[in-house]
Amino acid sequence: MSQITSTKTVPETRSDFVISARNLTKSYGDFTAVNGISFDVPPGESFGLLGPNGAGKSTTMKMIGGVSQRSGGELSIMGLDPNRYGPEVRAHLGVVPQQDNLDEDLRVRDNLLAYGRYFGLPKSYLQPKADELLEFAQLADKAKARVDSLSGGMKRRLTIARSLINDPKILLLDEPTTGLDPQARHILWDRLFRLKEAGVTLILTTHYMDEAEQLCDRLIVVDKGAIMAEGSPAALIREHSTREVVELRFGSDRNTTVASELEGIGERLETLPDRVLIYADDGEAALEAVTGRGLRPITSLVRRSSLEDVFLRLTGRSLVE
Amino acid sequence: MNKLPAEAAAHPVLGLRSPLTPSQTAARARRFGAFYYADMWIRRMRGYQGTVLMTAVGTPLIYLLGMGTGLAVLIDANSDAGFPGSNGSTVSYLVFLGPALVATAALMVSSEENTWTVMGGFKWHRTYYGPNASPLSSGQIASGHVMGQAFRLLLTTGIYYLFLLLFGAVPQPETGWLMVFTALLAGLAFGMPLLAFSATLKEDRGQLTMVQRFVVMPLFLFSGTFFPLDNLPLGVRWIGWISPLWHSTELGRVLSYGHPEPAAMTALHLAYLLVLSAVGLVLARRNFTRRLAG
Repeated sequence: MSQITSTKTVPETRSDFVISARNLTKSYGDFTAVNGISFDVPPGESFGLLGPNGAGKSTTMKMIGGVSQRSGGELSIMGLDPNRYGPEVRAHLGVVPQQDNLDEDLRVRDNLLAYGRYFGLPKSYLQPKADELLEFAQLADKAKARVDSLSGGMKRRLTIARSLINDPKILLLDEPTTGLDPQARHILWDRLFRLKEAGVTLILTTHYMDEAEQLCDRLIVVDKGAIMAEGSPAALIREHSTREVVELRFGSDRNTTVASELEGIGERLETLPDRVLIYADDGEAALEAVTGRGLRPITSLVRRSSLEDVFLRLTGRSLVE
Repeated sequence: MNKLPAEAAAHPVLGLRSPLTPSQTAARARRFGAFYYADMWIRRMRGYQGTVLMTAVGTPLIYLLGMGTGLAVLIDANSDAGFPGSNGSTVSYLVFLGPALVATAALMVSSEENTWTVMGGFKWHRTYYGPNASPLSSGQIASGHVMGQAFRLLLTTGIYYLFLLLFGAVPQPETGWLMVFTALLAGLAFGMPLLAFSATLKEDRGQLTMVQRFVVMPLFLFSGTFFPLDNLPLGVRWIGWISPLWHSTELGRVLSYGHPEPAAMTALHLAYLLVLSAVGLVLARRNFTRRLAG
């Protein structure tokens, strides 16, 4: 067995970054899904890819995951080129795919054990590790249950537990909470936050602003395969939006006509089909100015700027369309 | 319950730490990955072991009772010459039929495991995508799938062979037992190209049912299964020539009762089955890689 542990074919790269991408590109025929994106992720960082469906997030994740071969550019994961060292790269990772792909022919606990076997891990480690992960995912009482009897949130937690079976330093999460109810999302966020605190590097894609704000130290905003902006959630909001936003609803047929009467209030106006947004550092003052002009919105709301506003500013489109 | 590793190995949040480094893990996967997948494939079979065993035991029982006590009696009573065996002797219909039934059983199992199972893996349950994100390669998943089904095929043909013995349908058991493996080859020679085809299907718009009806059934009927291929008109005899089932059946007949044929023909049967299996496997691995690592 000593030969198996030999690593002489794999270059031991001492990179400062866990992941490093330069002009990363992926094309399918004429379609360019990812168009030359570059970023670096230091160890322990929680790094997000934010963008609408079809922005190229999942394709990027598949390349990072050492599953999909890139069409161009450079990519290194733990100093390894995934095109060449696919198994080595994947051995470092835990992967939570966008769509659950649990094995429905196996019971809950057996899913963890079977997955661990793909990593060549011994039973003496896998048995207690599986129990520990079921505990972590709050699924201990479901150990012998059939997978298809689990709720969506439970399946998602089991998928996350499965991704941790090889004790990975990097966790790739593709839309980890899409389709879950608020309570299930908060349980998942809590689990992910604990992993982050323990030093696991998290790479996640999301189109949920609150998720990105909760979990990401830094993120890139991706649209049409390219990076629109990069920074921490707070910095992005500071840079691309105002401190506060006033949301006004005048009724769907009046929003556009009223918008012209709002000119000059706040720094910027955004007219959406269902509402008008006024970007201002002082939201209350802006709202007073609106009523001062004799305008009576059906509803009004002053809130802090979010990444949603950043995205709207950068792309002219809202994230959830 | 296995004993827990030393307390010191556990982390307050991350818990037990892996006993292997990622490069050790990758090295094991590179070497044994296909076996890991095959092992899991066989474990999953336990989920439908009832079906597997019922098919493996029930099929021979039904066929042998039906054919052996019904059709065989009728045919043997009405044919003067019988079926040519070794050194000018003749054998009964059941003996003639035996190797064909074993090979057919393999063909049937193979036509399931290389169609519906594959659609399940790529589309319905997406079970190939989980291991594909692990250190296993796409090609290893294809190979593991093949190894797993080879296990099921051997289980099927092995049980069938025991029933043939029970019904006294193997005059030369000293070589006859090898038909367990020539029947396995029928399953693989038919199954590997089919696996390659199924791996390209994005959606099942009835293609797989068509395969069952218009490929599997004709092969079953026109491969010299129930009567010597020479009895067929030339217009359909070619189906037998290209059919893995016919080549495997003829091999089985040579092994079971010394069916007279030139040694070169026997070699040709074997070579045809091996080549078809090998080419199919290469194509299947390629198509798995295209699909999973595109």
